[in-house]
Amino acid sequence: MEILLAIMTGILYASGTYMILRRSIVKLIIGIILLGNGVNLLIFLLGRITKGEPPIISPELKHFADIYADPIPQALILTSIVISFGLQAFAIILVKRTYKALHTDDLDMLNTLDEDS
Amino acid sequence: MLLFVCLGFIFSFSILFLHKIVKGKLAWLSALVPLSIFIYFAKFLKRVSDGEVIRSSYNWIPSFGVNLDFVVDGLSLLFVLMISGIGTLVFWYTSSYLKGHQYLDRFYAYLGIFMSAMLGLVLSDNLITLFLFWELTSISSFFLIGFNNESSSSRKSALLALGITGIGGLFLLGAAVILGDISSSYSIAEIMQQSNEVVMSSSYIFITILVFLAAFTKSAQFPFHFWLPGAMKAPTPVSTYLHSATMVKAGIYLILRFSPILGDTYFWNTTLMIVGAITMLYTAFHMLFRTDLKAILAYSTICALGIMTFLTGIGTYEALIAAMVFIVVHALYKASLFLITGIIDHKTGTRDITKLSGLRQGLMPVAIAGFVAASISGGIIPTLGFVGKDLIYESTLHSEYYPYVLTGISILTNALLFYGGFLVGVKPFLGPKKEEYSKIHLPSIRMWLPPAIMVTLGVVFGLAPHLIGDTLVVPGSKILSKTSEAFHIKLWHGFNLIFWLSTLTITVGTVLYFVLKPSHALVKTIEKLEYISPKSIVEKLSLLYKIVSKYWTMLFQNGYLRHYVATYVTFIIILVGFLLYQDPRIVIDYNSLADLTVYEITIIIIMFLSTLFTVFTPSRLAAVASMGIIGFAFCLLYLFYSAPDLAMTQFSVDTLTVILFVLVLYRLPKYLRFSKNYLRIEHGILSSIFGTMITLLILKVLSQPKKTEISDFYAENSYVLAKGKNVVNVILVDFRGTDTLIEITVLIVAAIGVFGLLKLRLKARDKK
Repeated sequence: MEILLAIMTGILYASGTYMILRRSIVKLIIGIILLGNGVNLLIFLLGRITKGEPPIISPELKHFADIYADPIPQALILTSIVISFGLQAFAIILVKRTYKALHTDDLDMLNTLDEDS
Repeated sequence: MLLFVCLGFIFSFSILFLHKIVKGKLAWLSALVPLSIFIYFAKFLKRVSDGEVIRSSYNWIPSFGVNLDFVVDGLSLLFVLMISGIGTLVFWYTSSYLKGHQYLDRFYAYLGIFMSAMLGLVLSDNLITLFLFWELTSISSFFLIGFNNESSSSRKSALLALGITGIGGLFLLGAAVILGDISSSYSIAEIMQQSNEVVMSSSYIFITILVFLAAFTKSAQFPFHFWLPGAMKAPTPVSTYLHSATMVKAGIYLILRFSPILGDTYFWNTTLMIVGAITMLYTAFHMLFRTDLKAILAYSTICALGIMTFLTGIGTYEALIAAMVFIVVHALYKASLFLITGIIDHKTGTRDITKLSGLRQGLMPVAIAGFVAASISGGIIPTLGFVGKDLIYESTLHSEYYPYVLTGISILTNALLFYGGFLVGVKPFLGPKKEEYSKIHLPSIRMWLPPAIMVTLGVVFGLAPHLIGDTLVVPGSKILSKTSEAFHIKLWHGFNLIFWLSTLTITVGTVLYFVLKPSHALVKTIEKLEYISPKSIVEKLSLLYKIVSKYWTMLFQNGYLRHYVATYVTFIIILVGFLLYQDPRIVIDYNSLADLTVYEITIIIIMFLSTLFTVFTPSRLAAVASMGIIGFAFCLLYLFYSAPDLAMTQFSVDTLTVILFVLVLYRLPKYLRFSKNYLRIEHGILSSIFGTMITLLILKVLSQPKKTEISDFYAENSYVLAKGKNVVNVILVDFRGTDTLIEITVLIVAAIGVFGLLKLRLKARDKK
């Protein structure tokens, strides 16, 4: 399964990068989200995947008795998901404002220098 | 001693509070600052003439070997007395020359900083502090030269001077670092002890070139001479100070100071002689084509600096004595001529030699001072100039290399210097009196007394050369040439060969003075050749540099987001690719593919398809929806692989994102295809390579054993220390609680931003 997931991560990275390279702002945001998912998967994989052994200590024990999934990547990804939600929400609203002010979705149209405006 | 070296800095700083006094009628009091320095250091004369070397050390950064070590010996004391002595007169003169000037306080502040930097430069025994003071003189002279900052040519000249001398300073730093490396000390005195090792070391040539570059840029030697004539845009007191006794002499000082360390080799001697000779001849001839008094003085200054370099290059004991005497000669007459030019300029409003004549009426004391200054410059007996010229011929005749050629060059140069001196110091005062100058009367004593004092000294020292010879020049040269031989500088040697050579020089100079008439036609002739001069070559090079850097910048900073991203991605590809290329071993366990379950494969397929759909769909809504599907596939994935917390979070966040997206996007215009096809293909290839790279990287990491110390710590202590059984939870809210707090703050800031953007109502005029 690791191999498949590694390939999937590669695909997510590739498509994320491709979307970021587009001129449309909406595509840019989609690209960021895809790339973010790719990064999460990358972190997840680097902690090695374990099936059906969540890092929760059973009620009657004080330590893990069996093997358990690595909790650190999970903590990291959890943070990452939440932070990227903040970023995405802000970016989406920003796009809305940009469109309202400038009536375009084209990044190149936003390319005015300070002195021109 | 530190107090007196830094007195100029203190003075400049105090001007912040005392600017009213400095600008007012008591401006001349500021001359007390250099005067007190002069008196303080003059007390060392006796000890120095006995051959003593006075040291005073202040720790600064001892761990780096950087200390404020000051050394007073013949050479440094000679410079210190010139700097503070001429400084006194310049400060005094300025109080009248720039009387009532709006920025007189600033001027004094720059001058004070410059003076202290110069004192530090010549007194420093430590190479690093020497470098610091060296750069300080460059920077403060930038402000002095560009003092008339409303004129663009003045700003340009200042910038040119800063550029050339500043770069030179960096070479000096390079030399200092290498020297410090070889001899494991930055102290000049200690390096001097090891001069043999330095000369024998493999980097000797390199160090010498660096020192030369530093000295030649500062002392305006060919081909770096061109900043000096431009620096004449400065007010006359600045030109006086910078070009007679201080700034430009720093390079000469440096060569003299280093000659016991690096000197006495074929490379050292010939380079200095050749560069010095080219400089003195080239600029002496240039002098013939100038009509502006200050321009003539500028070229004769470079010429004199050339002579000093040349003499240092000859490198014998006599030559070093000649060089040091000539430094004094030059300082005295050049400073007086500059000050006299300042008076003429101040009174008539022009510095054009073809227009000026008959100024002796009304300016008699100035005319006398001018005549004496010209005599010193021309080397007429009994001035110090005569002594200096004698010594020059004596050392060229006794040189190891081509004595007759060198003597010939010196005679020619000296004759031209004679001509230049008389042109500036005598010509404006002779001839018929002009109508427009009839009302001229003598300026304030503060203006004409300083040049008068200096030329008097020039005559006194000529009559009694031992006054400077025994006290400063000979003790200084003894240290530089590591000898204890006695030497007595005399005015009169009898009717020997040198006397006749001297007479020949004066005759040629006089003939030149009467034959050559400076005219604007000559100025035009030389301007035609301007395009091959080093100055215009450097200007063109800097223009080229600007163009190249503009293209270079535009290549990376063109303002298109995709361009930046493409650059990063390419860079990462190259870096990671190189790493993978170096160690391409990747272990893949194909057996793990055997126990794949149906639902695992299904999730991968769903993810794969929806990713492709997101990228290629022409509908924005479909793209957002399929992105949601990817998110939910992630939820399942997390669930299968033991991460229930992640699954829950991903589920809620993904739902929210999709809803937000749809709410916002339904109002946006159609999803357009902006990019051209070839660009899409190019980006597609770039992204695919990037993705493949990441996959390979992951596989590579997966084939390494995993380190689990940190995870084990959390697993062990989660319940014991934090009383929690969900380890992920405990990490977030307990072990790394502060991080989570900051994370929440980030979210709040984002929320405030979103709220602000939603509520923002643009005013009509901003909407445009």
